Amino acid sequence: MRPVQISRRRLLGSSLLTAAAAVTFPGLGWGRQYGQGGGVPWSPGVADEPYYGTEPLEFFSAAERRAADAITARLIPSDESGPGAREADVVTFLDRQLAGFYGRAQRWYMSGPFPEPLETQGYQAPQTPAQLWRAGLAALDDHCRETHDGREFAELSEDEQDAVLTGLDEEEIEFDGVSAKQFFDFAREMTIEGFFCDPVYGGNRDMLGWRYVGFPGARYDYRDFLAHNGARVDIPPVSLFGRPEWTR
Amino acid sequence: MVERKRPVDVVLVGFGWTAAIMAQELTEEGLEVLALERGGWRDTGTDFPTTHAPDELRYYWRHAMFQETARETQTFRNRRGQTALPIRRWGSYLPGVGVGGAGVHWNGQTFRFLPSDFVAKTHNEERYGELPEEMTVQDYGVTYEELEPHFDRFEKLCGISGKAGNLQGRIVQGGNPFEGFRSDEYPNPPMEMTFSQHRFEAAANGMDLHPFPAPSANMSRAYTNPLGVQMAPCTYCGFCEKFGCGNFSKASPQTTIIPVLMNKPNFHLRTHCEVMQVLKDRSGERARGVLYLDAHGKLWEQPAEIVILCGYQLSNTRLMMLSGIGEIYDPQTGDGLVGKNYTYQVMSGVDIFFEEEYTNEFIGAGALGMVVDDYNGDNFDHSGLGFIGGAYIACWTTNQRPIESHPVPEGTPEWGLEWKRAVQRNFLKHTSLSVHGASMAHRDNYLDLDPTYTDQWGRPLMRMTYDFTENDRRLSDYITPIAEEIARNMGGREIGVTRRADDAYDIWPYQTTHNTGGTIMGETPDDSVVNRYLQSWDLPNLFIMGAGVFPQNAGYNPTDTVAALTYWSAQAIREQYLRDPGPLVQA
Repeated sequence: MRPVQISRRRLLGSSLLTAAAAVTFPGLGWGRQYGQGGGVPWSPGVADEPYYGTEPLEFFSAAERRAADAITARLIPSDESGPGAREADVVTFLDRQLAGFYGRAQRWYMSGPFPEPLETQGYQAPQTPAQLWRAGLAALDDHCRETHDGREFAELSEDEQDAVLTGLDEEEIEFDGVSAKQFFDFAREMTIEGFFCDPVYGGNRDMLGWRYVGFPGARYDYRDFLAHNGARVDIPPVSLFGRPEWTR
Repeated sequence: MVERKRPVDVVLVGFGWTAAIMAQELTEEGLEVLALERGGWRDTGTDFPTTHAPDELRYYWRHAMFQETARETQTFRNRRGQTALPIRRWGSYLPGVGVGGAGVHWNGQTFRFLPSDFVAKTHNEERYGELPEEMTVQDYGVTYEELEPHFDRFEKLCGISGKAGNLQGRIVQGGNPFEGFRSDEYPNPPMEMTFSQHRFEAAANGMDLHPFPAPSANMSRAYTNPLGVQMAPCTYCGFCEKFGCGNFSKASPQTTIIPVLMNKPNFHLRTHCEVMQVLKDRSGERARGVLYLDAHGKLWEQPAEIVILCGYQLSNTRLMMLSGIGEIYDPQTGDGLVGKNYTYQVMSGVDIFFEEEYTNEFIGAGALGMVVDDYNGDNFDHSGLGFIGGAYIACWTTNQRPIESHPVPEGTPEWGLEWKRAVQRNFLKHTSLSVHGASMAHRDNYLDLDPTYTDQWGRPLMRMTYDFTENDRRLSDYITPIAEEIARNMGGREIGVTRRADDAYDIWPYQTTHNTGGTIMGETPDDSVVNRYLQSWDLPNLFIMGAGVFPQNAGYNPTDTVAALTYWSAQAIREQYLRDPGPLVQA
């Protein structure tokens, strides 16, 4: 068999792409040579900080932010058992994620064609997450205005909101140009991320999500608790930021 | 023009577990060894210290340690006749990238395959009669007895924590009585078990099964390995799989070999260098080196006397296809071998929810578990069952990272108030059993090149055609109920069952990163891509490491066997090939 040839034209384009990636991800850097007796390259006190997701960029317009916040508040509602996604500021998490590399699907294979997939073929939407949210939120508000006397999603009652979200989830409501089900699934997935991620990413404010379920967060030593034998291990959470008490 | 680099003795493609082992072994022989890694340099202190390592979003959900599908992915379909589509977001498996490879983000579950797994065809046919024609199962061409010293070396390199069940043929209480003989005890004692494992052990004993502590690459105590590299005791932080260990407590290339390797004058590593092709010499009968692309987008030729593919199984197989070495498998004619016998793992799971007791599963480690092996391999009589192979059943407590793991009982809504309350109620009161099943080769499960989708260089993506088989379904139907019975006997309020093989294989839900086959090993060039020493039948100075050489997959995690095969191959290179650099097995 003959080897597959590499396209020269694509190769030329690729070096630009790599350069752009290096600028976007400062941790990536250029290729380097190591070894030849030089030992492990390491400097004390230097570590890569979690740099992504925390960009102070904004993705949502005011209307989009209202709708997105209202969706998260129904997916993980607040009640007497504890706070929900709104209190945990999940919408800020969404805003930062969608403004960053994740929103751009920068690491995903996004080339077409995009035929109708099998159920077993995973995520096949032609939109990036940012495009999916933008189109989905607009379509959601359009749908609500048409069906609810001109009111947008955030202006509906909680019961009305739940009915609309159920319609998306169960594929009873469809949008033009974007899959309503795909949008709903993505909204649900990212709301859970924003409720349970480390607070460095803008969600899970005050570690509310972790406190709600009893997760102690970014700890790394539980040896003292191994012999719990079925009794509750109840220790306060700590974030990559530390704990509020540490800085008071 | 492609410029040439200065020739080296050995070029390693990729720099994970198998490359680190090969580099260590071949530099000892005085050879000049170069590793080309497409990802970046990574070490514990800088890249995943304890202050940053426990970041679920960054490492798992934003894939900080995994390949980018934008750079390399596969297309997937269940069967011929369907249109394969690219995997845009990883789901079912998570290939690694960067120094250390997937050896940085593995759990550390370190099992040896059974002696009968290496002779799956002859063993099963002798005992049960001829296998169905479409089951393209074959022997490895190497035996457990031959590999035993190499398993032992890897386990000592890693400081595996465990309990031997078969010491030189003597069955030892508390270990796995079904395992192949061990020349020596594990280098470290088992990990400290928690509530869930105690319940599992009692339930399994009550059913006359043989529970044993899982062999673990998480350190049960401080350890200095034979190369003099030190590791620290595991702290049970629950961030192993999908994460780097910030604590030097999980065996990885970084914590076992790389510190030694980096001090050797005859080893060097170039990062952000992606190998595009293995180059043949004019005769077409030897490899002359590799073609690679550096971070500036410049192509280089790297000449080498020996080329060793040390990438992940999927990457190695595709590189063979793109390099035009050997013939790509065609299921309709049965011709060709590259891409043949792609196999995976047949998984099912049982969730257990307790009412009173707390499992506190955030206190966990990647390989913290109790296991029964009574229904693995051919440890039980398969007469009349209609399948071969088996599965271990384990109670692992690996984590309770909340984005990934917030299980609720069946019938709970998927969002809203009722869901939220169910998450809270069960979060600290849940454990699960894993049924980790073998995957037997089938004529229609294979890899080839996609006709439509290409990578950024215009080269075809590799296409995966895969679905669960009748053997898989019968295996899962037989063994999952045994796990359910153990689960019911553990004293919880209720259980829930997930069986992957009940439906078509789905590329989205995570199952395992145990992709195997595609560059299979065997006894003749008619049935395999590499010989018993992992040497290419086509180009004798080309060797292929990794689980791609498994002709079919056993009911265990593959790393221990991958590593043992690497040591075995390295020994053959050192003791035989260097003296006479030709085929180690005459065709």
